[in-house]
Amino acid sequence: MANQEVDKGKRRFLIAATSAAGGVAAVAVAVPFVSSMMPSERAKAAGAPVDADVSKIEPGAMIIVEWRSKPVWIINRSKEMLDLLGNHNDKLSDPMLEVVSQQPDYCNNPARSLKSNLMVLVGICTHLGCSPSPKLQTGGDMGPDWPGGFFCPCHGSKFDLAGRVFKGSPAPINLVVPPHKYISETVVRIGEDGKGAA
Amino acid sequence: MQKYLTCLLGWVDERFPLTSNIKTHLTEYYAPKNFNFWYFFGSLALMVLVMQILTGIFLTMNYKPDADLAFASVEYIMRDVSWGRLIRYMHSTGASMFFVVVYMHMFRGLLYGSYRTPRELIWLFGVGIFLALMGEAFFGYLLPWGQMSYWGAQVIINLFTSIPFVGPDISLWLRGDYTVSDATLNRFFAFHVIALPLVLLGLVAAHIIALHEVGSNNPDGIEIKEKKDKKTGIPLDGIPFHPYYTVKDLVGVSVFLIVFSAIIFFAPEMGGYFLEANNFIPADPFKTPPHIAPVWYFTPYYSILRAVPPMMNSQFPGVVAMGLSVVLFAFLPWLDRSPVKSIRYRGSLYKRFLAAFVVSFIVLGYLGTEPSNVWGQFGSGVPIVGGLDRATVVARIFGLIYFAFFILMPWYTKIDKTKPVPERLTA
Repeated sequence: MANQEVDKGKRRFLIAATSAAGGVAAVAVAVPFVSSMMPSERAKAAGAPVDADVSKIEPGAMIIVEWRSKPVWIINRSKEMLDLLGNHNDKLSDPMLEVVSQQPDYCNNPARSLKSNLMVLVGICTHLGCSPSPKLQTGGDMGPDWPGGFFCPCHGSKFDLAGRVFKGSPAPINLVVPPHKYISETVVRIGEDGKGAA
Repeated sequence: MQKYLTCLLGWVDERFPLTSNIKTHLTEYYAPKNFNFWYFFGSLALMVLVMQILTGIFLTMNYKPDADLAFASVEYIMRDVSWGRLIRYMHSTGASMFFVVVYMHMFRGLLYGSYRTPRELIWLFGVGIFLALMGEAFFGYLLPWGQMSYWGAQVIINLFTSIPFVGPDISLWLRGDYTVSDATLNRFFAFHVIALPLVLLGLVAAHIIALHEVGSNNPDGIEIKEKKDKKTGIPLDGIPFHPYYTVKDLVGVSVFLIVFSAIIFFAPEMGGYFLEANNFIPADPFKTPPHIAPVWYFTPYYSILRAVPPMMNSQFPGVVAMGLSVVLFAFLPWLDRSPVKSIRYRGSLYKRFLAAFVVSFIVLGYLGTEPSNVWGQFGSGVPIVGGLDRATVVARIFGLIYFAFFILMPWYTKIDKTKPVPERLTA
């Protein structure tokens, strides 16, 4: 045995084969560990759709509901508010809703909503995830040109009453309209639409 | 008695290289004889690391990594645990002082070219330590579950969302939930108390092993190993680390601990720079604090993040710039083309660039602690910058200087007029 020549080709093949098999095993073992860091079944269940009664929101007022621990705003825009929406398109980054990921297809309309007065928005700034403050009325401390909307206190992003971002804001894109549908005249379900749950 | 101890040592040495290790790393590790003030910070960093681990162990005895209990458990440590307040403040002050010491240590490297051949790997391990330290600080800051913990984590995790295509999935995976939640807190605790400390210890060991292999640099940037005593083979300009530098470092430790104790006793929050006021309010996912700023040691990079305008409807370029501003340090050994190492023999061009870099680091650091409208806006009549936040424009200018220090380095270090380097150490 000791005098036998080393078969280098065979040795290289065996090293390559065991390394490859070991590598496959390492990747396979990594899968459960990596997946364990995804949201658990409980977290997914807690992220289920929520219902909200919209009949009690006065025109010009809003409510906040919790969906997946995020604030979701439902704003009942008054007639005057809706009339003002189209007047400042030149000041917006994306007035025509070209970044389609920010709203479902059925909200790709000038008011960004299913029912024109009722605006449903995820209240998280698209810049770095802060929650903007409502400045629903025109003017006030936001200056005389303010058409009503939202102001993010973190880095100064501004949004109008359809959640569209004003030019010059650090936020690059419009606020997200979550998937939602009306299950009756007065109740909206957030997190689920005609195409199933989000 | 002496006889028995010698006997015991002999017994150990036959089974474990105790004496030879003490010789290699302490009594016969020959360090250049001209170490100055800037050489305190390596040993201080090691001491702070030990202190963070010790205080951390005692904090985990009472801390609860649970979104419902975490905030109250920290307050419990502060109010009801005997000396808990002291231990917690040692840990929180230790975090900030760790960065003070590490920034000084890194600046020493810039001054004397400690990253140059043959010390590239020492430097790379050091950059690894710096990154691990930033991770430690970030994960640890979520644990008290205050408003700033919560929203800081929210902002930083959302940075990953801006990565094209896979971003939203990556941040979902990092959080383990649709928003920063109990799952996030629990895993950050795991990273903070076990995963990263292990990485950190491994990197520190590698850093020191590599250093002791090639030997320490010095303020003259001369290789002392090139001039050895012919008989003993000991560098002529070298002195044994122990007792010479152990004693010197003890002086450094004493002064450091005086400053450290003064902070813990009299200003543990450091006016909001070490512990932010908002973090004494429990985390509330529905209410963003009016002004979010990271702790001071992250603010230069945060300023760069904010200064880069969104491009193509994406925040990603700013995230890339921020990442680069940290990672560029790793490339220094290959960016620097100067024939000399130490600033003592470099020309005025390098000195000016280094000074500009230091100023930009400090200005960016300051701006990162303030809201971007801190200095108001330029009037709309001003050309180019009209209507923009003054602070943002200043951050952009200093951000460019910051990057220029690195990117132009191959050019200005090459054409710089250097002075002749002496054969042996000067003072």
